[in-house]
Amino acid sequence: MKKLLFDRIDEPGLNTLDVYERRGGYQSLRTALGMSREDVLSQLMDSGIRGRGGAGFQMGRKVSFLPQGDMAKYLVCNADESEPGTFKDRELMQKSPHMLVEGIVIAAYAGGISRSFIYIRGEYQLQADILEAAIAEAADAGYIGEDILGSGLSMSLVLHRGAGAYICGEETGLLDSLEGKRGNPRLKPPFPAIEGLYAGPTLINNVETLATVPHIIRMGGAEYAKIGTETSTGTKLVSISGDVKRPGNYEIELGIPSREIVYGLAGGPPSGRDVKFWFPGGSSSPVLTKDDLDLPYDFDSLAKAGSMLGSGAIIIADESRRVLDTALKLAKFYAHESCGKCVPCREGTNWTHKMLQRITTGEATPMDLDIMASVQTQIIGNCLCVLGDAMAMPIGSMVVKFRAELESEIEAARARSGGADVEDVVALGVADEHAGPLPVH
Amino acid sequence: MSTGAGRISVPRFAHGSRVPGWDDAVDLTKDPAVVPDPATTPVPADLRREIEAAMARYPDRHSAAIPALHAAQAVHGYCSPTAITQVAAIMRLTPAYLTSVASFYDMLELEPRPRHDDVYICTNISCSLLGADELFDAMVAAAAGDNTVHVSSFECLGACDIAPMASVNGEYVGPLVPDDAQRILDDLRAGTPVLPEKQLRYRRCVDATEESETEDRT
Repeated sequence: MKKLLFDRIDEPGLNTLDVYERRGGYQSLRTALGMSREDVLSQLMDSGIRGRGGAGFQMGRKVSFLPQGDMAKYLVCNADESEPGTFKDRELMQKSPHMLVEGIVIAAYAGGISRSFIYIRGEYQLQADILEAAIAEAADAGYIGEDILGSGLSMSLVLHRGAGAYICGEETGLLDSLEGKRGNPRLKPPFPAIEGLYAGPTLINNVETLATVPHIIRMGGAEYAKIGTETSTGTKLVSISGDVKRPGNYEIELGIPSREIVYGLAGGPPSGRDVKFWFPGGSSSPVLTKDDLDLPYDFDSLAKAGSMLGSGAIIIADESRRVLDTALKLAKFYAHESCGKCVPCREGTNWTHKMLQRITTGEATPMDLDIMASVQTQIIGNCLCVLGDAMAMPIGSMVVKFRAELESEIEAARARSGGADVEDVVALGVADEHAGPLPVH
Repeated sequence: MSTGAGRISVPRFAHGSRVPGWDDAVDLTKDPAVVPDPATTPVPADLRREIEAAMARYPDRHSAAIPALHAAQAVHGYCSPTAITQVAAIMRLTPAYLTSVASFYDMLELEPRPRHDDVYICTNISCSLLGADELFDAMVAAAAGDNTVHVSSFECLGACDIAPMASVNGEYVGPLVPDDAQRILDDLRAGTPVLPEKQLRYRRCVDATEESETEDRT
């Protein structure tokens, strides 16, 4: 497979306009501006590219949802990469910022948009400085601003630095934050394509999605769609980390076996141990086990297996790892990052964290696992955004898939703390009354 | 309303009952917090320029709230009442609005702290699998008693490829071992770049494509 985004990514000076142009950069923009708006849009539709940020919604359709006509429309590039395990956009922005800028200008042209923003997380200082320099260079060269390359298209691009909040990676939370408010998510609908930033129609896409746009224009949408599978077209940047020999970002063709990424590219666990569990798409995706390693790595295959491709971040844990440790880290993280707007998420993440802590202190009984599972089902789908779901899905899957291990953790901790026998507590008959149904995946 | 620690205290009689009127609605006759008068609020010229430039970049001036608070924090060390008042005067917003924004974001500080170096140790899943908790303990132990270094844990800085890692004054370094904690402090005290051989900015992509070096991109 020929690399698109990571083609000679380490070439010195690729972050400057000179080198990028010498390699054929901004040619796609010239091509696009020579085409009609509708043609550019139909190329995006033909490519079938799905959003690389997590939800996997088709980008071309998103653009087509923007209302037509003369009005203030906005494009927001989501560079608030804060999903644990994800670091692909960081490398892309640091090493090839102009690819992103070019993609933004083309996407703005396709959507009839005149104002664009990049919302980058506050921690990415180096990447923000590099992007700022790239935007200034592109503006000087006439790729951004009034009457771009004599086409009559005008577009401004502003880099906006966030200030440290996971929730601002959620698209409506990001919009509120960009409007200068607390980053609380909004009720949908109306979707941002109809009413987004400053209540205007807004196109929001991930860094990787927008950086792919110049390649789609260069190759042609139909040609791009030949890469990957029928419903998951193209290449994908995969961030792999945890217990592997060669952690990092890899560009893969969608649909290759997951085993090839974990073992072929990243080298598998360095200890030689087997994989115990893995997150296929960031910390908010339900965990899979070593039996799932032969799944094709694409949107639909992972969804069918009860998980999701998400942001393309694979985290591997080998056999020596305890599920409880990871569950605790997860619950603590989401409890801290919950913005507090919706009750199921605010309370559910906190309770889950406390219940997991009870396991470690020997206060829990196996009944707690059922309660914990029912808490997760009560979060999923009941909030404005999916932050709560992002904890409920992996924790729910851990309770189902590693129940025996969690039960033995509970008993071991009880024995350590000298607690009562588990049978005594369950015999009181409260277990059935409080236990909810197990989550369905 | 709870009277627990950190909540608004409710006036009570000696026998414990709450004084009547404790739950009265807001006083509608009281003046609301107002936008500070620019004429009587002195603002450093550089800060004013920076905030005004930020406001000019957006269609709506509210959007400049985070950049403006960042700028004020850089001048004052944290989002002090003075800093908030100055931003409010220039942006023509109420201090209450800006405080609500500042209190939401982790990188904006509302509590005074001495000038210091920031060391953030990522303790999220990937980093903790590879020993971030030991690294954090080592860093805390090494920096104990030194109030010019502020060590705290952080949840996923987005650099799991160099796990376990730290962000030292914004510079990403990793992968680290517990012994690196002392070296980070030594570099900070000497004022030299921190662990230059472990800085993320020099790291090559693992997915290098040497085979396509000779291919020409059409």
